Amino acid sequence: MTHPSTTGPAPVLALRDVSKSFGAVRALRDVSLELFPGEVHALAGENGAGKSTLIKTLAGVHRPDSGQVLLDGAPVAFHGPGDARDAGIAVIYQEPTLFPDLSIAENIFMGRRPRRSLGRIDHKATHAATLALMRRLDVQLDPDRPARGLSIADQQIVEIAKALSFDARVLIMDEPTAALTGSEVARLFNVVRTLREQGAAVLFISHRLEEIFQICERVTTLRDGAWIASEPLAGMTEDDLVRRMVGRDLDELYPKQDVVPGEVALSVRRLTREGVFTDVSFEVRRGEIVGLAGLVGAGRTEVARAVFGVDRWDAGEVSVGGKALVNGAPSTAMAAGLALVPEDRRAQGLVMDMSIERNIGLTGLRTTVKAGLMDRGAERSRSLDWAVKLQVKYARIADAVSTLSGGNQQKVVLAKWLATRPDVLIVDEPTRGIDVGTKAEVHRLLSELAADGVAVLMISSDLPEVLGMADRVLVMHEGRLTAEIPRSEATEETVMAAATGRAAA
Amino acid sequence: MTVTTPEQAPVAEVPKEGATRLVDRVFKMRELAILIVFLVMIAVTQAGNSEFLTEQGIKDLLLNATILVLVAVGQSLVVITRNVDLSVGSTLGITAFAAGTYLQGGGDPVVAVVLAVLLGVGFGLLNGLLVSLGQVPALVVTLGTLYIIRGIDSIWVGSRQITAADLPDGFVDFGSGGVSAVPYLALIALAVLVATAYYLKHYGSGRELYALGSNPEAARLAGIPVRKRILAAYTFCGAVTGLAGAMYLARFGNVDSGTGSGYELTVVSAVVVGGVVFTGGSGSVYGAALGAMLLTSINSVLPALGVSSVWVLAINGILLILAIAVDRIVALRVASALKKRNARHA
Ligand SMILES: Nc1ncnc2c1ncn2[C@@H]1O[C@H](COP(=O)(O)OP(=O)(O)O)[C@@H](O)[C@H]1O
Ligand SMILES: [Mg+2]
Repeated sequence: MTHPSTTGPAPVLALRDVSKSFGAVRALRDVSLELFPGEVHALAGENGAGKSTLIKTLAGVHRPDSGQVLLDGAPVAFHGPGDARDAGIAVIYQEPTLFPDLSIAENIFMGRRPRRSLGRIDHKATHAATLALMRRLDVQLDPDRPARGLSIADQQIVEIAKALSFDARVLIMDEPTAALTGSEVARLFNVVRTLREQGAAVLFISHRLEEIFQICERVTTLRDGAWIASEPLAGMTEDDLVRRMVGRDLDELYPKQDVVPGEVALSVRRLTREGVFTDVSFEVRRGEIVGLAGLVGAGRTEVARAVFGVDRWDAGEVSVGGKALVNGAPSTAMAAGLALVPEDRRAQGLVMDMSIERNIGLTGLRTTVKAGLMDRGAERSRSLDWAVKLQVKYARIADAVSTLSGGNQQKVVLAKWLATRPDVLIVDEPTRGIDVGTKAEVHRLLSELAADGVAVLMISSDLPEVLGMADRVLVMHEGRLTAEIPRSEATEETVMAAATGRAAA
Repeated sequence: MTVTTPEQAPVAEVPKEGATRLVDRVFKMRELAILIVFLVMIAVTQAGNSEFLTEQGIKDLLLNATILVLVAVGQSLVVITRNVDLSVGSTLGITAFAAGTYLQGGGDPVVAVVLAVLLGVGFGLLNGLLVSLGQVPALVVTLGTLYIIRGIDSIWVGSRQITAADLPDGFVDFGSGGVSAVPYLALIALAVLVATAYYLKHYGSGRELYALGSNPEAARLAGIPVRKRILAAYTFCGAVTGLAGAMYLARFGNVDSGTGSGYELTVVSAVVVGGVVFTGGSGSVYGAALGAMLLTSINSVLPALGVSSVWVLAINGILLILAIAVDRIVALRVASALKKRNARHA
């Protein structure tokens, strides 16, 4: 646990013995961290370890309960995010923080717009500066387009552009890559390298360990709010890092149990939604985990939404347990035993301001309503049951879901749907943006469900996850199912070939 | 995803996306639609009753709209920040009476107007402080101040009344005078309207009002002084309401303890009909002003067409619901159009 020799440059930004609590939750305990000019520093830790809290402390959002923030070696007290920004600290938060009603250009330059005479905004210069940033990131987004309706990845790109829009001495990124594709990540890393060469300090959080090893020189690990180590990455292996994060050897990440598939639980026949996907047919049997792979935008999520009835289909049929489903009727799909855990848990899966208990309870209103009134006791015990089963980490079950870390939010979404005791479970990107420890738990859970006879359809862009968990892999390319590969033949090469449309027909 | 493939040369200028143009058009259309409804209504009335658009007719139409336009402009700023000010009716009443009392005692008209505005600023500050400091929804806070201000007004005014006879002639003449068909009061309201619209578009703090109505949490993270901005919006709303109070006095000359009660609902209707979204972040003061014009002219149109004025309230209600329905449908359309864009880029 060595710090670099003190003869080098002084840290631009540092934390010294910082603690921060939210009620009973001690999010940070005596944490120290030093960021040097020209280094890319990783911050590692499981969900809930306190990474986002640390970042918000550096960014002036939270004030430490004790300890100090040091800027160029001198203690500072940021009175708000504006102060930190003025000190040259740019932050990309985990949750996109855009203004849906304002244009992309305004979003990027909010608070620091180019001015012309009489203090007026220079709209032209703002537009031009935005275009320049877009070019630097090599993306095509119209600066005048409102942020409303942007895909998660595009939102993230706007966030990155925002952070780059001023000459930051410190760039802090909280899981910026969670929603990005490979080429976008590569582009982001190029920008990060340029900044590093210009002498900026970068603090980087990612759950993709290979990214940490690719771009960072040093890593600080947190566990349960406590500082574990700050050390150079050279010479470390991914396993070393995981051990620091979880404090134990990780059980197998893909605990797939072998099962003999039962009868057909979900059958999709020639399903078509015009302009979105065409002629999609497949079956999922009881006890099976079927992976649905493909590039982002191949139409996988759209198929799942149509099957569940959120979107209508134009042709084809869907049946669950031999019974045909009604087109565009999620309630009948639920009644038939189908459950869908959506991709974007913030927008579709959870009511963020509602309690954990009530979020889990939402799907069970039918069973917990007596004579038209909610039976709160029944709801609470049912929710507690599932929260415990899934080992959700929370202070009180009555706390708002928004106070949970990403992985624990994902568990709440899962709990909400598992509480309906589905026969068929569709999960869309079940482990996106969650840490390895929680990821392994989610995998174990899916595996157990399958062993209990649930048919699982798992949409995932995480190839090792698909290969590790699925009995069969379906691959989509541009709205069509291009391959069905049994577990024994599924490799990165075969799946990617089908996903990019290179497979032999 | 809207990403260029590496072999594509970076383009100098991103062509305006169809989606942007669509959204632009929709928002321009929103104001255009009210303008068209307004003009059609006036045209139909004129066709049915050729006496309607005489010089005096136009003047009355404008005079009636002026005060509502002014208060609607102030209210828009508050609504844009995802708040609301329900106390405007009470503020209007008390500022009008204060200005009247001062003038009754032989005061100077200009000082009277300043007095009304300052009193309005005071109540605006009170609302703004309560809303931005307390964690209580604006609806509840300003419902409270609505009653408090009205209560103070009732105790102070009692059964007293101010009539035009108590006021200086110049003041009353100014209230009904104008440049041919355009009343002076309407010109003042127009000046406030244009200045506010310009401020909202061209000044950082104006854009920040939209930002914090659009996403309050993000506004905080962007370092926007949220409380200060909300306080400013309420203060501005109070100030123009005070100005409107003085103008009410000049126009009608008649003020008692009941003046302005129930006015807040008309104001909020005008703002919403004018396309300022109640959940904040979008809309324009021009839209709100048009909404105010539309609502007040119904009052003149119906009698001119020989329809009983008992219909006025019902028609206002229908307009309001229509406006909300249209906004909702348009919002859904726009959202799906933007989504389709994204999908096609993928
Ligand atoms: N605003 C808040 N209120 C209450 N608890 C919070 C808040 N922010 C974070 N926490 C809690 O603090 C702990 C650390 O969270 P966080 O910093 O988000 O972790 P990470 O980013 O490493 O996943 C978690 O237990 C989380 O529930
Ligand atoms: Mg986090």
